[in-house]
Amino acid sequence: MAGKPKLYYFDGRGKMESIRWLLAAAGVEFEEEFLETREQYEKLLQGGSLLFQQVPMVEIDGMKMVQSRAIANYIATKYNLYGKDLKERALIDMYVGGTDDLMGFLLTFPYLSAEDKEKQRAVIVEKATSRYFPAYEKVLKDHGQDFLVGNHFSWADVHLLEAILMVEEKKSDVLSGFPQLQAFKARISSIPTIKKFLQPGSQRKPISSDKYVETVRRVLRMYYDMKAN
Amino acid sequence: MSGKPKLHYCNARGRMETIRWLLAAAGVEFEECFLETKDDLTKLQKDGSLMFQQVPMVEIDGMKMVQSRAIANYIATKYNLYGKDLKERALIDMYVEAIIDLNELLMTHTFQPADKKEQHLATIVDKATNRYFPVFEKVLKDHGQDFLVGNKFSRADVQLLETLLMAEECKSDILAKFPLLQSFKARISNIPSMKKFLQPGSQRKPPLQEKDIPKLMKIFH
Repeated sequence: MAGKPKLYYFDGRGKMESIRWLLAAAGVEFEEEFLETREQYEKLLQGGSLLFQQVPMVEIDGMKMVQSRAIANYIATKYNLYGKDLKERALIDMYVGGTDDLMGFLLTFPYLSAEDKEKQRAVIVEKATSRYFPAYEKVLKDHGQDFLVGNHFSWADVHLLEAILMVEEKKSDVLSGFPQLQAFKARISSIPTIKKFLQPGSQRKPISSDKYVETVRRVLRMYYDMKAN
Repeated sequence: MSGKPKLHYCNARGRMETIRWLLAAAGVEFEECFLETKDDLTKLQKDGSLMFQQVPMVEIDGMKMVQSRAIANYIATKYNLYGKDLKERALIDMYVEAIIDLNELLMTHTFQPADKKEQHLATIVDKATNRYFPVFEKVLKDHGQDFLVGNKFSRADVQLLETLLMAEECKSDILAKFPLLQSFKARISNIPSMKKFLQPGSQRKPPLQEKDIPKLMKIFH
């Protein structure tokens, strides 16, 4: 009795957003339970649902999966978004590793002080335009294909689009030196499942607000300061 | 013309050590090219060998692979250390990702400023003994098997052993309350390829010492 996957997380992006993107890309409907209170979190803990006491957690195929990377690997494999063989998987893993590192700078952003946010914005733009975007621009230029790996839609494409849109939220013209990425963005955004996810009313989450940060801190009792990278 | 995998990194554990462990566990001989100076890194960056300008980089099967997770995934799959099906891979991935989280904590200990070290050690011990070790102790207890997943040696076992040993370097009796992890440690250490890697003279790297940090900083900053 499979049922839809059920996502347990806060009502915001964090480490669950990439999983939402992947499920959406695969055209898989999913349910969500949002953590609002400490009591909800403690109930999950006491029920033994969180293997390492952390969210994200996704109920899928009879498992209570934790660890966002493990969950993403499973979904990507199950829904054929992980390449056709070991060599394609290697490329996808490398590319996703890069976008993961870039998104790492964005993940901590909402938790920073106003002053650190300005510094971090500059770091994000610098890393994106000098390290990450050039790498993907070159991949696309070199093979001239529509998708990053194997001439076939994969997790790498989904993750790169997600990263591009997040960086654009910090600097709207950040793709100006990257014509291949601009075309890539338009192309992938037009894929029906992705197009649907990008429309208002989808399960895609907005930029994290102060209220969101406050909820996370309260539920996890995570009051220490985050530092800029 | 494949030849042996060639590892590009500094002469230290860092983000390459798990890859060394996995290759060793699989019985695969490998070569190493150590970065000693910033010029060594710059040279690799300039010749286009590093997709994101970073190491680790491993030359393997005609590829210049970067991103330690990607490299580890490739090696684990190639050498049958990644479970027999999707469900086993899911378990292995869950365990391995948690182990990587603990590893990150352990790895950064030497870099802590003097006034933060004691606090950091307390955090390590707390997370290790309250969050991570109890889970693996329970996994072993519940199925009573020799290996973490699928009754077969996998990367989860290799990476857990690596981390248990690193944790003991931080606090020698950290496994005191975990009898099954203690016997797991002994058992996996005795696997021939692991036993060999644990002997002096292998390519396993020693713990980072504070005196080595300035040299490393010069390469990367």
